[in-house]
Amino acid sequence: MINLGMASLRLYAGLVGCRSGFCARSLRTLSGMTVSQGTRDYNPKQMAIREKVFNTIISCFKRHGAENIDTPVFELKETLTGKYGEDSKLIYDLKDQGGELLSLRYDLTVPFARYLAMNKVTNIKRYHIAKVYRRDNPAMTRGRYREFYQCDFDIAGQYDPMIPDAECLKIVHEILSELELGDFRIKVNDRRILDGMFAVCGVPDDKFRTICSTVDKLDKMSWEDVRSEMVKEKGLSEEAADQIGQYVSLQGGMDLAERLLQDAKMSQSKQACAGLTDMKQLFSYLQLFQVTDKVVFDLSLARGLDYYTGVIYEAILTQTGPVPVAAAQNGAGEKAEEGVSVGSVAGGGRYDGLVGMFDPKGRKVPCVGVSIGIERVFSIMEQKAEASAEKVRTTETQVMVASAQKNLLEERLRLTAELWNAGIKAEVMYKKNPKLLSQLQHCEDSGIPLVAILGEQELKDGVVKLRTVHSREEIDVSRAKLVEEIKRRTLDV
Amino acid sequence: CFLVAFPAAINTLGLAGHRSRLCVRSLRTLSGMTVSHIDEEVAKLLKLKAQIGGDEGKHQFTLKTAKGTRDYNPKQMAIRERVFNTIIRCFKRHGAETIDTPIFELKVTLSFIYDLKDQGGELLSLRYDLTVPFARYLAMNKITNIKRYHIAKVYCRDNPAMTRGRYREFYQCDFDIAGQYDPMIPDAECLKIVHEILSDLELGDFRIKVNDKRILDGMFAVCGVPDDKFRTICSTVDKLDKMSWEDVKSEMVNEKGLSEEAADQIGQYVSMQGGMDLAERLLQDAKMSQSKQACAGLTDMKQLFSYLQLFQVTDKVVFDLSLAHYTGVIYEAILTQNGPVNVAANQNGADKKAEEGVSVGSVAGATTAWWACLTPRAGRCRVWGSASASKGSSPSWSRRLRRCAPQRPRSWWPQHRRTS
Repeated sequence: MINLGMASLRLYAGLVGCRSGFCARSLRTLSGMTVSQGTRDYNPKQMAIREKVFNTIISCFKRHGAENIDTPVFELKETLTGKYGEDSKLIYDLKDQGGELLSLRYDLTVPFARYLAMNKVTNIKRYHIAKVYRRDNPAMTRGRYREFYQCDFDIAGQYDPMIPDAECLKIVHEILSELELGDFRIKVNDRRILDGMFAVCGVPDDKFRTICSTVDKLDKMSWEDVRSEMVKEKGLSEEAADQIGQYVSLQGGMDLAERLLQDAKMSQSKQACAGLTDMKQLFSYLQLFQVTDKVVFDLSLARGLDYYTGVIYEAILTQTGPVPVAAAQNGAGEKAEEGVSVGSVAGGGRYDGLVGMFDPKGRKVPCVGVSIGIERVFSIMEQKAEASAEKVRTTETQVMVASAQKNLLEERLRLTAELWNAGIKAEVMYKKNPKLLSQLQHCEDSGIPLVAILGEQELKDGVVKLRTVHSREEIDVSRAKLVEEIKRRTLDV
Repeated sequence: CFLVAFPAAINTLGLAGHRSRLCVRSLRTLSGMTVSHIDEEVAKLLKLKAQIGGDEGKHQFTLKTAKGTRDYNPKQMAIRERVFNTIIRCFKRHGAETIDTPIFELKVTLSFIYDLKDQGGELLSLRYDLTVPFARYLAMNKITNIKRYHIAKVYCRDNPAMTRGRYREFYQCDFDIAGQYDPMIPDAECLKIVHEILSDLELGDFRIKVNDKRILDGMFAVCGVPDDKFRTICSTVDKLDKMSWEDVKSEMVNEKGLSEEAADQIGQYVSMQGGMDLAERLLQDAKMSQSKQACAGLTDMKQLFSYLQLFQVTDKVVFDLSLAHYTGVIYEAILTQNGPVNVAANQNGADKKAEEGVSVGSVAGATTAWWACLTPRAGRCRVWGSASASKGSSPSWSRRLRRCAPQRPRSWWPQHRRTS
């Protein structure tokens, strides 16, 4: 095995086009070979899980009439500049090699806005599943990946208020239900309600954003710590902080929105009232979409990104259980939920001003969307697979074509080709005279359910022995009927 | 209409801050107005523009994708999805698994690579193919046997002079079988897979050309090519799919210093095409049979064809002595559409004979591992483009199709496939 490893290394070194001296050096480096920091390979098991997850999510998007786009992995540096605030230092730049200055995409929303502006698209309902890149500081964010999937769904266009917003929430509800991750809640709030609340609580205008990002920490910090940060670090008055404290503990449904519209203080803010009226409208649509069982209007929700202008939402899993460390990156939020039993799996909101930043005429295209925290979902599914007795198959092979006797390679190849031509997924061992036991072992290892066994006598009789791997039952099937029989059996499964 | 056009004109003609005489003249011709009238209107609009925001505002930068890259719109994605589904269905039918690897690999010193900026960590480059990551994956995980496919984008920062109009970000779709097995069986399965995919994609008629590096080398040896000229003569022979024999011979003799006699002898062989019968004939050939290498290659070629017969694909497979890239058993599938298609696939020399092709992989012999590779890099783009063209999409798409072929200059490929 070591020899093979070395041969592979030599092959690898050969493939990167090196010559003698470099080869020796790189062999030494390669012997400690690993993927680059913050990235990982996906092995076949992980890919099988990933494929299932994507299929579930994409079938939901398609159910709702969404189209799909793709954008390049890098953008012009200037496209990404100025869009991410403090997080801009986490952007991967490409080396200046004499051409345009490029950076790897940090999310899928800015490329989307660029796509809309570039193509002068005013209306689109699109999903985009692709990897994004962030140079996270490993010390701070142990376990965070620097290359990870984002799964975005967005509706762009001028529409009657709250209907597309409601559909986004319906989609989140469907996806999380179908993925069977356990119970979840979708918290909803609105930027205008937050800003209105800050205003009536006496927060100075210029402190809105910074207070907002402190309130955002309420899901992982206690109110005492949050209050302390607002007062001590951000210089907010204790009185204002206490007033905020009263509101952010409120949760409810349409009833809460109604109550706040009547609230003496809150109703003084025009912004807040607009947000609250829309919140009521949203809940009426959510009722029609039958998803109010899991949706909560929660005044403490204050998502981080600056570009939200209206409704904001975040979905969290409510079940207790160990949270995978690499949980936190998802478009769902920058919140790292390490060691806490709940965590966000999706997030989004309305962002009406972003596309206008790209359009040469400043034309606005209102957008609302959601990002599914797909890496988090992968982690959970991988853990589930680990824990379950059932093996995850990495191939979909239905039949192994085998023989117990020697000199039957030609017959095996002939039969295998017949099966392939009939659309059946089949494998055959690349050996002239394999042992039956090794062929059966391969079936056990790979989860192949059926074996078609050829033998001298069977060939004379025009039959094939069809064996069910898990039960070890064997029956003789006529060669002519074999395809039909295999198809019937694999359909039943 | 005139006023609406003006801001756009101001922006595009760069009139902000000053006027160009030429611009004003052409505007006057367009609108029939006097210069002073135009001056007045421009002044008004510049004042308005100053109120809205200056040139350094966010609205002024270029809205485009990086050079050599492009977005895929929903129509293109729908086609792409269909194509991937067809291809993946075939891979799964043959029991392949899939893996994925990061977009970065350790930095390599090659001229066409995208490097990441040194931002204080490891030095990284974007992957330029999927084979190097595959080899790394095998070595890292100490894997001895695997049948895997990998469909993902790779990045080549081409020298613009050579490769004007080519994509720098493009899909590769690789299928590889790694492991020690009885000869030619996995190789035959790869060819069966190519046959299935090209048939399922309904791109029209195709041929799969097959050859063997040992047969090529043996042929060069018996034709009198000096050992040290093997690689370079091979890369010239490789150009036969887009250059005429006269030009190829001329390059061999005039540029590479081969004797005319040797060149003529090569010429006789490389015009040969056939099936198992050709392999049999060459094994009997007085000259060719002198080479042990060639005989080994030819014997395997016969074996391969016997398996291809069982796999029912010999109708489209041709043993072609002029096929001259990669190492080991090599094959290439080409779309024929009633004969070889004359397309300027390499962007120069419209009258050079060019066959639109899908470059498919190779079996490289290593000391302990056989590799069978299917890498329709060039064809990934073209396969897909053809599908859309044939579905009646706009002609500009098929024009773009021809330009988008991300063909690497053949010469670098064997270099990086060379095993120790």
